[in-house]
This record gives sequence, structure tokens and C-alpha cells, in this order.
Amino acid sequence: MYSDIVMDHFKNPRNVGEIQDADGVGEVGNPVCGDMMNVFIKVEDDKIADIKFKTFGCGAAIAVSSMLTELAKGKTLDEAMKITNKDVAKALGGLPKNKLHCSNLGADALHSAIKNYLDRKSGKVVDLDKDREEHVASREAQACYCPYCSKQVEEESPFCIFCGADIPHEHDH
Amino acid sequence: MAVIYLDHLSGTPLHPRVQEAMINHINTVYGNPVSDHQVGQQAAQALDKARSQVAALINADPGEIVFESGGTESVNHAIKGVAIGMREKGRHIITTNIEHKSVLNSLRTLRLLEYTVTSLDVDADGMVDPAAVEEAITPGTILISVMLANNEIGTIEPITEIAKIAKKHKVVCHTDAVDAVGVIPVDVKSLGVDLLSLAANQFYGPPGVGGLYVRKGTRVWPLLDGGMQENKRRAGTENLIGIVGMGMAAEMAKEEMPERLPRIQALRDKLRDGLVAKIPEIVINGHPTQCLPHLVSVSIKFIEGESVMLMLDEEGIAVATRSACASGSLRASHVLISTGMDFATAQGTLLFSLGRDTTEADVDRVLEVLPPIVKTLREMSPLYKQERVG
Repeated sequence: MYSDIVMDHFKNPRNVGEIQDADGVGEVGNPVCGDMMNVFIKVEDDKIADIKFKTFGCGAAIAVSSMLTELAKGKTLDEAMKITNKDVAKALGGLPKNKLHCSNLGADALHSAIKNYLDRKSGKVVDLDKDREEHVASREAQACYCPYCSKQVEEESPFCIFCGADIPHEHDH
Repeated sequence: MAVIYLDHLSGTPLHPRVQEAMINHINTVYGNPVSDHQVGQQAAQALDKARSQVAALINADPGEIVFESGGTESVNHAIKGVAIGMREKGRHIITTNIEHKSVLNSLRTLRLLEYTVTSLDVDADGMVDPAAVEEAITPGTILISVMLANNEIGTIEPITEIAKIAKKHKVVCHTDAVDAVGVIPVDVKSLGVDLLSLAANQFYGPPGVGGLYVRKGTRVWPLLDGGMQENKRRAGTENLIGIVGMGMAAEMAKEEMPERLPRIQALRDKLRDGLVAKIPEIVINGHPTQCLPHLVSVSIKFIEGESVMLMLDEEGIAVATRSACASGSLRASHVLISTGMDFATAQGTLLFSLGRDTTEADVDRVLEVLPPIVKTLREMSPLYKQERVG
């Protein structure tokens, strides 16, 4: 199911842990959906001097976290902001289609850590706990709607019974 | 490295006698059971024999067994067949929130056809309340479908009581017994159900073949239309190779069950108790006593099931997970959520299902390998720290 690179990063993840006096912290995902990632960065001379992660998630989520930290380390903040989810998936030799959402998590967590660093520098305070609660609540209340005609459809419908459009799987973002 | 296979709920290896019976059949029989010549009649005899073997396993009459392409078809046939066969009486069906997808999605289809469904919740042990079933019955209720044993938490439901209620209100009663038949004794007469679904690959028979028990007089319309096979209930030339395998698997299950059951149950108890002793913050799922004897369903807090499954696989141990990420659904297991478990804990669920080849050494190996895997993943988990500090 997974490529050799994914399995390597899953089994021997790089840069696991926390940075106690981090300059920026990013958190995305939530345990409701099955994965959650924290990224900690240390910034020196506008560069990512150190980066660590903690991840709750499947094999792909852990491998993505590990590869992301490898890609970001030593980059300038501008360069790091340009790392995309596709870059991470590509560096891993690809991910199964239903696991692509895990790579979204990776780059988003990095960008959120950088944003947190910039916010802190400009004096803004961010309440991570509040964000998390709202995110969890919105997921639990989710019902299924056709993405094309917006009518409510049965869960796991292969296509919309109203407009006939194929309904992509929830994971195939 | 020999694989330690602890995923028998996903499928069982063929029993050696089943393999022998199927190979022998392939080599000697090729006719169609509907043909009246000798070659066809040889096939018809093989079909009759298998039907008797399967009927004997669940104490049914051979004429009450319809062969199907597996558990999923059997369930689809029972539910949709009653919906069509009983439509003059009404369009309301009662089920539970912990059924297999074949039940839930058959009912999804019926909702599109303007049937209404009442889906009942279960208690924390996964048990359905028969009184709630009775309360849900309306004059238009045509079918009650409740599983015999749950495939994620192992809870065995009070089907005898539910079937009595159904009979009292003249409602058809179906039970999805796919995960129970061949594992524990199942007797359709003492259960009192009208319809019961079973599948061969849960008891060392081949995949792709199953059966539906149809009590005489139950109005089940065919799901597949065509010829007059299977007493006009399931058209299409029978999968005779599979059916012969299922028949032998049923015979072996009946014969070996008195020996298999206590042995597997003792190993299961050892595994369950060992996991609780060695891994802190672990939840044992399902009813403590009314449960499948070969399953340990656990939710390990702060970590996600698929990552544990992959690490066990690296050690040559095959288990199943019910985490959202592995099942391909964005949500955690509907079964565990229905028991009231929180979403995060449900993500750390692992299923160990033991079988007739499982040894004590296998259980010891799991108890040795799993605790350090859990420790590694917890150290990587942001939830673990939060829980500790908070």
C-alpha cells in the first residue's frame, strides 16, 4: 500500500519531539478525523534553524510529518511557506489516493507554525485551544451533502440521487 | 518469518478438509445441477449434500437454506427481499446503529424507495434493549434486523428475546449471524428467527459463498431474478465449488466446535488480560461476558490504530483496525461511537481475532511486541502529553 520511502519515514521518523522554547507552534487536524499534527520551529536569521513534530495519526500522517520537517529544515521562512502538500507527497514517492489528505496536514501545520511565529513577533496572541475546540465541534456535526447540487444525500452514496454527479470520497480532497 | 494471523474476522484460511473436498469436486464434477442427465445429477447430489451439511450446523431443514455469494448478498437478500415481499403490509423497518455496512447500506437504498427506518442505539457494552425494539414497532413495521454478534466489539445480542417480540407483533425477524455461525453454536429453532445470514469464510470455508436461512413461509422475494434455482429464491447457476467447500466447512465446524471453542476462548482470555496488565490506559470493548469467544477488541488511548497495525505487521503479526484512516471513512467507527465512546479513543481501536491455528506462543509474542510499539507511538503523540499535563 505504501511506498518504501513512506515506510522508512514511518518506521524511523525524523525530528520527533517538541522544542520547549519554540518561536512558533502550529497545530492542524484533530483526533476526530484520525490525525492531528503539532509543528514546533526555532527561527534564526529568518531561517528555520530547528524543527520538530508530534503527530497522532496513521502511517501516512507520521511519514508526512517526518518528511515535512526534513524539507523545511534550514529553509528561509519564505521558502518554507512555498512548500506545498504536493511537494511532501512527491518527496515520499507518492501516497495512496485515500491518504492524500494526510499530506495536506503536513504543509498546513508548517505554515501555521510560521504564521504563529510572525503573529508573536507582531504582538498578536493566538488561542490554539479555542481553535481546536471549534474545529472538533464542526466535524462532529457534519452531514453529507452533494458538493454539486447541495442537496442532503445518504452517507457513502456512489453518486447524487438528485443531480447524478459522482460523489468523490470524503478523503479524496 | 511465519505470520501470526490474528484477523480471522476478516477471513479464515481454508480448513485442510475443505481444501481436499473442493479439489476433489473440481476434478470430478462439472455438470449443472438443473440438468436431468447423469452428469447434471452428480452436481445436484453435491449441492444437496452441501445444503444438508450447512443446515445441520444451524439446526435448519435443508430446504430452508438458500446459497448466496457471501454474507453481504445474504443480508441484502433478506432485507430487500422482505421489503418487496411484505410491501402490502407496510414500509417500516427496525434495526440498530451497530450493524454491518451491508445492513446499513441496504436500508440506505430502501430509504430512497420511501421505506422508513428506525435505527436503535446500544448501551455502553454494545447491547440492544429488546424493550426499545418493541416500542419502535408500528402497524407498518415489516422487518426487524439485528445482528447476532457484532464484528467490531463482539457483543452477542439478545436475539431470542427480539425474535419473540417480532413473532408476537407478526413482524419478520432477520439476524446477521455472519460473525457467529461456525464460531459459536447457533440454532435457528431456539433463536426463533425467520431469516439468518451466514458466510463460509468466517469458519474456514472459501470466500464468495454464503447462505440465507429462510424459515418456511417467510415472504422473501428474490434479489437476483432469473431461473428457478434455490427454490426460486436466488437465480443463477450455483457456485458449486464454493458451496461444496462451505458444506465441508460447516461439517468441520460442527464436529470440531466442542474442542475449538474452549481452547480459543482460553487464549483470548490470556491475550485480553495480558494487554490490560501491560498497557496503561487501554479500553476493552464489548460486553464482558456476552461476547464472541475469539475476539479481543481494544481501544488504545492517545494513538491511532493504523500506525499500530502497520508496526505489528512489520513484526509479522496481522491484526485489524477500525480507525477512520484505515477504513477510508473520515469518521471513526459507527459501532464504537454508538456505544458512547469518544471519537479520539475510537481511533485507537485494534481487533485481534483468534482462530483454530492460534497458539499460546502467538499470544505471548503479541504481549511481548505490542507494549513497546504503544510506548513509541505515544511518545510521538501530541495527545499523550496534553492528557498528562491537563
